[in-house]
Amino acid sequence: MEKIGVFVCHCGLNIAGTVDVKKVAEAISGYRDVAHAEEYKYMCSDPGQNLVIKAIKEKGLTGLVVAACSPTLHETTFRKAAQRAGLNPYKVEIANIREQCSWVHDDKALATSKAIKIVRTMVEKVRGDSPLETIKVDVTKKALVIGGGISGIQAALDIANSGYPVILVERQPSIGGHMAQLSETFPTLDCSQCILTPKMVDVSKHPNITLHTYSEVEDVSGYVGNFKVRIKKKAAYVDRDKCTGCGLCSEKCPSKNNSSEFERGMAFRKAIYTPFPQAVPNKPVIDRENCTYFQTGKCGVCAKVCTVGAINYEQQDEMIEEQVGSIVIATGYEVHPVSKFAEYGYGTIPDVIDGLQFERMLSASGPTEGEVKRPSDGKTPKEVVFIQCAGSRDPEKYFPYCSKICCMYTAKHAKLYKHKVHDGQPYVFYIDIRAGGKKYEEFVQQAIEEEKVVYLRGKVSRIYRDGDKVMVCGEDTLLGKKVEIAADLVVLASAITAQTDSRELAQKLKAAVDEFGFFSEAHPKLRPVESNTGGFFLAGAAQAPKDIPEAVAQASATAAKVTALFSGKYLEHEPIVATVVEDLCSGCRICVPACPYGAREYDKEKKVARVNEVLCEGCGACVSACASGATQQNNFSDQQFYEMISTALEESNV
Amino acid sequence: MAKLKLGMYWAATCGGCDVSVLDTHERLLKIVEAADIYFWPIAMDFKYKDVEAMEDGFLDVCLFNGAIRNSENEHLAKLLRKKSKVMVAYGACAAFGGIPALANFTTREKILEKAYKTTVSTDNPQGVYPQPSTKMPEGEITIPEFYNHVYKLSDIVPVEYTIPGCPPPADLLMTAVEAIVTGKLPPAGSTIAGEKTLCDECPLEKSEKPVINDIKRPFQVIPDGKKCLLEQGLICMGPATRSGCGAACIKVNMPCRGCFGPAKDIKDQGAKMLSALASIVKFDDEQKADQIINSMVDATGTLYRFGGANAILSPRRTEGEKP
Repeated sequence: MEKIGVFVCHCGLNIAGTVDVKKVAEAISGYRDVAHAEEYKYMCSDPGQNLVIKAIKEKGLTGLVVAACSPTLHETTFRKAAQRAGLNPYKVEIANIREQCSWVHDDKALATSKAIKIVRTMVEKVRGDSPLETIKVDVTKKALVIGGGISGIQAALDIANSGYPVILVERQPSIGGHMAQLSETFPTLDCSQCILTPKMVDVSKHPNITLHTYSEVEDVSGYVGNFKVRIKKKAAYVDRDKCTGCGLCSEKCPSKNNSSEFERGMAFRKAIYTPFPQAVPNKPVIDRENCTYFQTGKCGVCAKVCTVGAINYEQQDEMIEEQVGSIVIATGYEVHPVSKFAEYGYGTIPDVIDGLQFERMLSASGPTEGEVKRPSDGKTPKEVVFIQCAGSRDPEKYFPYCSKICCMYTAKHAKLYKHKVHDGQPYVFYIDIRAGGKKYEEFVQQAIEEEKVVYLRGKVSRIYRDGDKVMVCGEDTLLGKKVEIAADLVVLASAITAQTDSRELAQKLKAAVDEFGFFSEAHPKLRPVESNTGGFFLAGAAQAPKDIPEAVAQASATAAKVTALFSGKYLEHEPIVATVVEDLCSGCRICVPACPYGAREYDKEKKVARVNEVLCEGCGACVSACASGATQQNNFSDQQFYEMISTALEESNV
Repeated sequence: MAKLKLGMYWAATCGGCDVSVLDTHERLLKIVEAADIYFWPIAMDFKYKDVEAMEDGFLDVCLFNGAIRNSENEHLAKLLRKKSKVMVAYGACAAFGGIPALANFTTREKILEKAYKTTVSTDNPQGVYPQPSTKMPEGEITIPEFYNHVYKLSDIVPVEYTIPGCPPPADLLMTAVEAIVTGKLPPAGSTIAGEKTLCDECPLEKSEKPVINDIKRPFQVIPDGKKCLLEQGLICMGPATRSGCGAACIKVNMPCRGCFGPAKDIKDQGAKMLSALASIVKFDDEQKADQIINSMVDATGTLYRFGGANAILSPRRTEGEKP
């Protein structure tokens, strides 16, 4: 017979405020197979866990129900405690009487009776639970980092420095990401390039890092510890082994009117180009669409001038296969384009630009060599309007979330502008200033007090062109007055969005993204750098908008997670997986497409479906797809559910 | 060896189960050789008092077909249980409610209203409903009470064996008879049919990853006779239905309707099938999902065609009323 211990947590007043925890413990103590029941203020605390351990040892408990918060939070905690006391951890269940009871009710009597039912239901589950052992899996101690911005660079360097090989894949011709485009960084005004480029060089020189630029992840299969990755190395039409990076090809290339992606359309580049002079690797690629040779078959200047014969027009895309044990997703962000804002002229007003364009304008290596010149006529703007929350915090039209970095970079922009145009006047339209961070608030205050930046609290309703001016109509909600500014230049702090193709990538990786395309973390507080899919970690703005120090911190955190994963002899996989009773399986194969992890396959010889235990994440999709009952999930059997349902529906006087 | 004493009764049923005994053709002689029939209202004139007069456990076997729909059905189920050593739920209605249990999607009031008031052929200006008991000058006359819920036999009395089907195929009946005659009975609670689901004995080809792009009704498509019917868009209950019929419907190009009930260890066939369908229906957006769902006419009736008394959750929406 089972001897089940029930431990009811007060969670301070979180549970005890709405549920009579004493009554729950009393009511359950007489329930079938319950050998022990008690309550405690904080069951997850050390003394709380000790109560559990003591009861297991003293009463020889065979199963535990901890009535507390969500299992996402503390299932592992109590499983470990049980294990320390010699009880199989899979005989431990959490009865969620917080999120699913106390937090959502206010009638104490009803909530208490519901809590008792929830606990009884979980007692039924424990009765049906089998003791299980973890599944052991070999691990390939090599990591893949997708994205070569600051997050990817940091993650790659940290993992490589721990002694593990890393493959870094970047789809652009150079690593560096958006950070390479920035002029200075808040709140210290360090030169972005000065702090970034040494790291870029470190990456290229690191013996443990294999760098694939101008490459994309094509396909990922396998599972944590044993991923198989196919990487497409796009044809650059330049033999990167031969190329010395002298730059002569770019200099002589006659096709020069191609909009530069790196300069965000504010300058031109050649058809054979490196994105920027400090690129890593500093080797050019040919933009086939704009190359005269590829479009007309004539030209070939680059091939003629190349002294080492590195130009190869016949080059093809190349597929590389790699085995890795873990994958860091550091694919970064995009900026919502100016052309999408109706109220700001759909991008038709040349002197309305976005923040990244302004960064390029401020950058010493940018198209204006650091001078502030407006795009329409090259004049120095004397009145500049910065608009924060362009597209952010605007659930009706754009995105409901805060892009987080705009308050700070706008203050920086206004400051840098004042540093360059002493008699200029910057205005900032804002909703409110979010300057949480070390030295951030001081930085903004300095902009207001010392640099005399005019902050106007309100939204801009409309922008239009009047002669060579850009008329900005808005409202100062603090004064309750309409404001109209004849500006020379308008800079939009455009919303930070996920990469436009993040969903496609997510599908390839089988990792989840949220409704906006940002990669989803496994837990918002306790597992912020892990994806829900085992072996994937999230660094930087691919997960949510964030600034450089946060992105770097997160990248280092992923590196710590990856190295921890690589530190053991093997990985342990949860034994809560699907199993097949072959005698009941009729081979209908409905489970195969139901599996999102590719863990189900059909055995043609035996005519039954199988489960690849290591690939199985225990989601239960195949279990519910299986109409014959042949597929069952360990410790989540149909029989257990029936018992739980009937217990939940049982008439009782509680 | 003494001849077996056999009883057969029909409760809420169409009579098909009784007729299915004749599907044994010349093998019927074998049955008669082995057993004497003591009660079989459809075939011979017996009175209930004859049954009441039997000693308890007098009948060796009772093949009980039909669901429990009214008080008479219940009374006879209990009576025959008492008089029989072995009770067999014979056919889909006795086993899982069958077609009569489709009534569990509605209420007694609505059924009576339809049958006694609103059908075009009804002429009942005073709105008289049948009453369990009516006082007449000659005395009180009674008819069975019409229940609000249709039950399967095992909801009312313990049942030893189940022979599913609508009606059960003759081969299964013979298997059962042979088992009884030779005394080689399977453990009580067994169903005399296959263990796996119908897909196991289905001759059609399945693809590696079956998906459904559209749901069609049998009149909308002529199946190609080769490919899995589900993959051709027809709701074939095969994946959720016990095998043992030899895929009789499939062999004549009709999708399985589920009359063999759920697989071993499964309680709710309809829920299982719905779950399976939801797993393989392919859609990219909500609109397409809606379109597919809406193209399934009478989903509950299709998925619970024979399992209305087996549904874990009541298929009927009730307000403050217990099923």
